[in-house]
Amino acid sequence: MDGDRRPLTSRAGTALLAALPLGFLALFFAWPLVAILERSLVEGGRLDLPFDVLTSRSTIEIAWFTLWQAVVSTALTLVASLPLTWALARFSFTGRRLVEALVLVPFVLPTVVVATAFVALLPDGVERSVWAILLAHVFFNIAVVVRIVGPFWEGQDERAWDAAATLGAGPLRRLRLLTAPALAPALAAAASIVFLFCFTSFGVIVILGGPRYATLEAEIYNQAARAFDLRTAAALAILQLAAVAVVVGVAGRLERRLGGARRARAQRPRRPVGAERAAVAGCVLVTLGLLALPLLALVERSLAVAGGYGLDHYRALTRETPALFVAPWHAILNSLLFAAAATSLALAVGVCTSLLAVRAHGGTLDALVMLPLGASAAMLGFGFLIAFDDPPLDLRSSAWLVAVAQALVATPFVVRTLAPALRAVDQRLRDAAAVLGASPSQVRREIDLPLLARALGVAAGLAFAVCLGEFGATVFVARADWPTLPVAVFRFLGRPGAANAGQAMALCVVLMALTVATALAAERAFALRGRRR
Amino acid sequence: MTPWCKALAPLVAAAALAAAACGGDDAPTEVVLVTHDSFAVSKPVTAEFERASGLTLRVLQAGDAGEALNRALLTAGDPQGDVFFGVDDSLLSRALEGDLFVEYRSDELGRVQPAFRPPDDRVAPVDHGEVCLNVDRGWFAERGLAPPRTLEDLTLPRYRGLLVVENPATSSPGLAFLLATVARYGDRWQGYWRKLRANGVLAVDGWEEAYTQQFSGAAGSPGKRPIVVSYATSPAAEVIFASKPLTESPTATVEDGCFRQVEYAAVLRGARNEEGARALIDFMLSQRFQADVPTSMFVYPVRDGVPLPAAFREHAIVPASPLTMSPDRIAAGRDRWIDEWTEIVVR
Repeated sequence: MDGDRRPLTSRAGTALLAALPLGFLALFFAWPLVAILERSLVEGGRLDLPFDVLTSRSTIEIAWFTLWQAVVSTALTLVASLPLTWALARFSFTGRRLVEALVLVPFVLPTVVVATAFVALLPDGVERSVWAILLAHVFFNIAVVVRIVGPFWEGQDERAWDAAATLGAGPLRRLRLLTAPALAPALAAAASIVFLFCFTSFGVIVILGGPRYATLEAEIYNQAARAFDLRTAAALAILQLAAVAVVVGVAGRLERRLGGARRARAQRPRRPVGAERAAVAGCVLVTLGLLALPLLALVERSLAVAGGYGLDHYRALTRETPALFVAPWHAILNSLLFAAAATSLALAVGVCTSLLAVRAHGGTLDALVMLPLGASAAMLGFGFLIAFDDPPLDLRSSAWLVAVAQALVATPFVVRTLAPALRAVDQRLRDAAAVLGASPSQVRREIDLPLLARALGVAAGLAFAVCLGEFGATVFVARADWPTLPVAVFRFLGRPGAANAGQAMALCVVLMALTVATALAAERAFALRGRRR
Repeated sequence: MTPWCKALAPLVAAAALAAAACGGDDAPTEVVLVTHDSFAVSKPVTAEFERASGLTLRVLQAGDAGEALNRALLTAGDPQGDVFFGVDDSLLSRALEGDLFVEYRSDELGRVQPAFRPPDDRVAPVDHGEVCLNVDRGWFAERGLAPPRTLEDLTLPRYRGLLVVENPATSSPGLAFLLATVARYGDRWQGYWRKLRANGVLAVDGWEEAYTQQFSGAAGSPGKRPIVVSYATSPAAEVIFASKPLTESPTATVEDGCFRQVEYAAVLRGARNEEGARALIDFMLSQRFQADVPTSMFVYPVRDGVPLPAAFREHAIVPASPLTMSPDRIAAGRDRWIDEWTEIVVR
């Protein structure tokens, strides 16, 4: 690897690059987490290790359920999303960009809302079963696979595919020998994120599973926030974090090892011909139809008023309500503001991390950035309360903690989108530039960044969507006078009456529209920049 | 500095500024209320408090009643605010044992109805709400079936598979309903719940799932069960928040088996603005605030002689003799009962 041969100036650059992600994680992740663990486990100056909790039957049952449902959910998500990913990546057709943006919608919707739609749509027997949980996980996470794997599939060289076909390789053999190795790093990246999401699933489990099913995350919340048994909560939180660290480590190694696979220059998607048309149409329509069904149910409910349909619930968003401390439309602006701040932060941290992650020994930082996805939001929220209680960091009541919390969750998406793309940049290009006298930072600016433009667009869009829809961590730090859209939806759903339910649905539809609009805009902005280069 | 990290300088500066803006104020100009998500007060009422006291009222909400209390306990002695509101009888012992509050006896306590006088000098009652069974009137009318009238009725075969309740481990009304059955049946409460289980009771984690997703009577709900554990005021809420004016509520309260929850406010130990905290508690007990309690929070005032809004007089009941339980008895039995309930209903 080239890391050791770099000149000293590059070492300084490395330190500068590392400073931001490390500082960010140390301040807003490690410190609050250590603070709450210390409070939970240190009794009278003595560390009280909760081995009894870890070995109890209930813990083992919960851990087992958490693990197997995450594995199955991830597998199902991969299988369900590949047809659409293929169609979107390889072919151009009318409405392609819109479909790409629409796929993001389920991902940002608050779990409470989607679960409501699921309860309404699923038949009685399935409604409160493990099948409902698995189905909901697939529904939520399809976007992750489509978004992360898509750019890779787009970049695959079709000439090799055609050549193999000419030489007599059947489609399955071609998939195994050509497509699978090329996609492997991106698949590993996407699978690791989907797995982490399902492993730490909370809302889906609580609402669709009911009291019978608990993941570690749900049980940590119950113990910390309801029973106030911090010792048990801390034990489970450590277990969850350790499991996540293992998964992140393995997935990272896998992604890096697979990242060496050669990659040709990006191809332009072409229009499907002949039988491809039916296949593409089928993939798009079936997946989109399944995704759209619950969403359309929400739109329908947002428009339903007594004796017909109307815009009453939308008009009501401008009026004061007892459910919130501000008129509901404020939540729209708040969401955009926080998401913009959090996305900037996540992009800055994520870009620095990714640039380092592709070097030798970059894996540690890469893995560290992923950890917040595996930390219990409840424990981290509690940690914020006791860690940031003194000036100059008296932040615990600050509205800006929302942006910080969202950035913690969004950064892994940035890194998982950028790092595989960066690794795929041909090292010979960088070497050639260096030979011609370019400094390391010039190489990054002139080679890496332009090639990354599209990946950056995807990362920005994905991060913004994550921030818009983030609920689990946001709700722990959101201030009553600064609600985000998902928080406002949650408040409305917490009150009886048709008007409250209707306004909750109207806000959800606004959230969907914002997601589609910002995803399209981000893509366009970055695609243009990429082309200009 | 690399170009990418240059972009960060403004962010770091902004964070530092935000931090500076939050720290170090001398004369208190605001009073901070720490409470749960269900707290609400109308704008004119807040404005009146701010005018009279010269203080700005800031509200910090943190989850449901249990979560808000636990967050306050975590910061006991170095609180996020000055007043805590929203601890009820079922959790009061936890707050008092946690040494969360300092003593304050407001002069306004003299105007509180005798039934709600506080059990401890550190807390002041602000409102009471009754957790009651609600029924979907239309559902029962359509089938020519009489809705249940007592707790005992719920075990009858004709109400099989119709009831949805909340998990007492995770929901405040769920716990209240469990306490109601313990208060009613004493040592035989487990037998009652076994019968409910045999009769197809559905337990979900929270009120939102129970009421807005499983209960058929809530407007816009996809639910199929016509009996739910909710509040005595829910039928009035269905009228007030209806999409078109209603003369009658689509739901009704079952008067038997209601459990009373009294919510208290208290001055937090270590409050930065203790004087402002006392003023806020006085205000919460005043006629003005108490009259606002029903329409803002859908609970009832505790002060004597506060008139109820018309919608509450017409569509909601104040249960005449609700079941109650002393905070001490709740504290002694709560965790054990929840564990036993879980064994009986969930496993």
